[in-house]
Amino acid sequence: MKVTGLAVAAATALAVAVPGVAAAQDCDTITLGAAISLTGKYATNGIHTQNGYEFAIQKIKDNGGVMVDGKCYNFQVIYYDDESKGDRGATLTERLINQDGVQYMLGPYSSGLTKAIAPVTEQYQIPMIEAEGASRALFNQGYRYLFAVLSTSEQYLASAVALAALQAEKEGRDPSTVKVAVAVENDPFSLDIRAGVLDDAAKYGMQIVIDEKLPRDLSDMSSILTKVKLLKPDLLIVSGHSKGAATAVRQIEEMDVSVPMIAITHCEAADVTGNFGDAANGFLCSTQWAETLTYEDPIFGSAANFEAEFKAAYPDYEDKTVPYQVAQAAAAVYVFKDAFERAGSLDKEAVRDAIAATDLATFYGQIKFSDAGNNIAKPMVLRQIQDGAYNVVAPPDFASHPLEWPRP
Amino acid sequence: MEQIWGNIELLIDYPMVNLQIILDGLMIGSVFALAAYGLALVWGVMNVKNLAQGEFVIGGGYVAWYLTGLGAHPLLGVPAAFVTMALLGGAVHGTVIQRNVAANARAAGALAVIAGVCFVVGLYLAQTGPGQEPDTLGLVLKIGGATALFALFVAAGGTYGLIISRVIERDLFTSLLATFGLAIMMAQIMNLLFGSDTQNIKLPYETVQLLEGDPIGVGAPMGKLIGVILAAILAIGVVFFMRSTRMGQAIRATAQDARAARVLGINTEKVYAFTFSLNSAICGAAGAIIVMVWVIQPFFGITHSIRAFVIVTAAGLGNLPGVIGAGLGLGALEQYGSHVFGIGYQQAIAVLLLLFVLAIRLAVQRRKRQVLK
Repeated sequence: MKVTGLAVAAATALAVAVPGVAAAQDCDTITLGAAISLTGKYATNGIHTQNGYEFAIQKIKDNGGVMVDGKCYNFQVIYYDDESKGDRGATLTERLINQDGVQYMLGPYSSGLTKAIAPVTEQYQIPMIEAEGASRALFNQGYRYLFAVLSTSEQYLASAVALAALQAEKEGRDPSTVKVAVAVENDPFSLDIRAGVLDDAAKYGMQIVIDEKLPRDLSDMSSILTKVKLLKPDLLIVSGHSKGAATAVRQIEEMDVSVPMIAITHCEAADVTGNFGDAANGFLCSTQWAETLTYEDPIFGSAANFEAEFKAAYPDYEDKTVPYQVAQAAAAVYVFKDAFERAGSLDKEAVRDAIAATDLATFYGQIKFSDAGNNIAKPMVLRQIQDGAYNVVAPPDFASHPLEWPRP
Repeated sequence: MEQIWGNIELLIDYPMVNLQIILDGLMIGSVFALAAYGLALVWGVMNVKNLAQGEFVIGGGYVAWYLTGLGAHPLLGVPAAFVTMALLGGAVHGTVIQRNVAANARAAGALAVIAGVCFVVGLYLAQTGPGQEPDTLGLVLKIGGATALFALFVAAGGTYGLIISRVIERDLFTSLLATFGLAIMMAQIMNLLFGSDTQNIKLPYETVQLLEGDPIGVGAPMGKLIGVILAAILAIGVVFFMRSTRMGQAIRATAQDARAARVLGINTEKVYAFTFSLNSAICGAAGAIIVMVWVIQPFFGITHSIRAFVIVTAAGLGNLPGVIGAGLGLGALEQYGSHVFGIGYQQAIAVLLLLFVLAIRLAVQRRKRQVLK
């Protein structure tokens, strides 16, 4: 894949050397860099990410390019393959910055690789917009040049808390009367989720009635479910990878546990609808984005339009749902376009400040960064399993289906 | 701490919960007891401390899960896992342990026949799955899968026999190290074959409500009840076998004194091989039950090994009622522990119990020594 990278680099050099000839519509080129997993264990999602970037670049080009200070530009990306390895990612980033002279970066795939690259971009003061690293640990390091369009891991199930509060109000109850039970695995990802849920529950003044950590080799959670039966929480949160999802769905049915709202992660990984059929109905599952959301923007149109056009451009995706990894990658490129136009200059400090001030409505959701660089405007999407199908029920304003409450 | 008191209060406020917890514990404990009994067998008869016990359990679980995937009825998984794992043990013995060229050739021939039978059974299952259209590619894939599964067990079994035949009657470290290596290898092979996702079988039965109550009654999921019944049948069968058959008697004789048994004309090599087959078969059946009530994953074996060791240590070797009692007790204690201290400590209870039992045994033995003095 290095060959591709070099070829692109050569093309870029040509484009820069002969402005107005190589690029279409007499536009100049802005070069972005990306070290991304095109081989190795993250290859599938790495390629989704790359496709998202490329699709967005083409769409922006078709819509008249990026207008900076009255002059037109198109994006071009120099890709290197990080082979899904952190040290490789850091080396390649250094190379992009020092040898290829890249001034702006798009993120890699996964939290781990973003963690490996961020110190390098930070050191060289290169703004990086990433779309695929959700770990909370990325955003408490005081990084100034790192921005993420996706929701971070502590938000994964926090929207279930908001939904429970909303439902309580609908029932004429105060949200502070809502009782929450939390059972998450003792690993960084799930503990982030727990932290987010506890924070949001505290904001509403909700009562946490169960707060337990699941073991790594969980295969039985009947003791927690017994407590759930006794303490009758209004919301049950379970996060424990696919074993947590499978164990929860199976034992909740076996033990006839009725909780009005249950939110879990890894529904698809555990294939709960395929494995447990009707027992999976009513569960809420979190995701970053779904094509049935009613978000829209002037470049990509609605979420559904994005999916249709992307499928037309990339026929490989014809038979499947477009993964959210593609959508968020495209959104990252869109944020760059918006920031360049508002900055009105190619100076990387000015661009960095413009990114930090982003407040953009996109097909992927609202994008607005906190001081730490994570997107605080887009809530996580919750889908409820209704008759074996995943239907978006939250955020309620953009949902395609109403929430079934209480859970059957 | 506050949470622990709260949990204890729950137990007092809702007495019915205690019943449910004990019932859950006993039901799952009966399955623990099975694997533990297998361990007690190989430990007592062959002096092999099998650290791969849990991997055999998980292996049996995968056999059952795989067959269900092919369209077999879930309950068929238990006998299937029993037979497959026994064949594994037997095949190992025939090809590896027996050091006799003609016998090895015969065993290889037998293996070929078994492979053929597996092939035909795979073919049959692939074609008769409920709601499955006959499709050639799917059929080929399934047969390939069935053959691969069989090849795995022969391969794992071969290595296993290679190892086990060399560690019988050896010292503690040899057998621990060898079987620990085996455990790692088996887990990795299962990971390669089945992937690291958790798997389970969903039984098409409802939970049986034993006692109605508000907010909580006492109920028994059908899967667990079936598990208890199967475990009981298996245990009775094994007891009957050990008491009443020639081989059972030979096993008991070998356990008492291998040299004397040899002098009296018992083929101890054969006894060892048979014991091992029996152990893997029992583990396999336990695994097939586990996959119906819990979930399995290639690396979940170690927790089952630990439980088996705890139970055997607590009950002693060659003490079937003790093993059953300790198994049921451990099941109930785990459930209580995880209720009171949090689910993260469910397995810690087993290890604590082991320490406790060892300390008590040591104290008792010390007192006995003093009496003798």
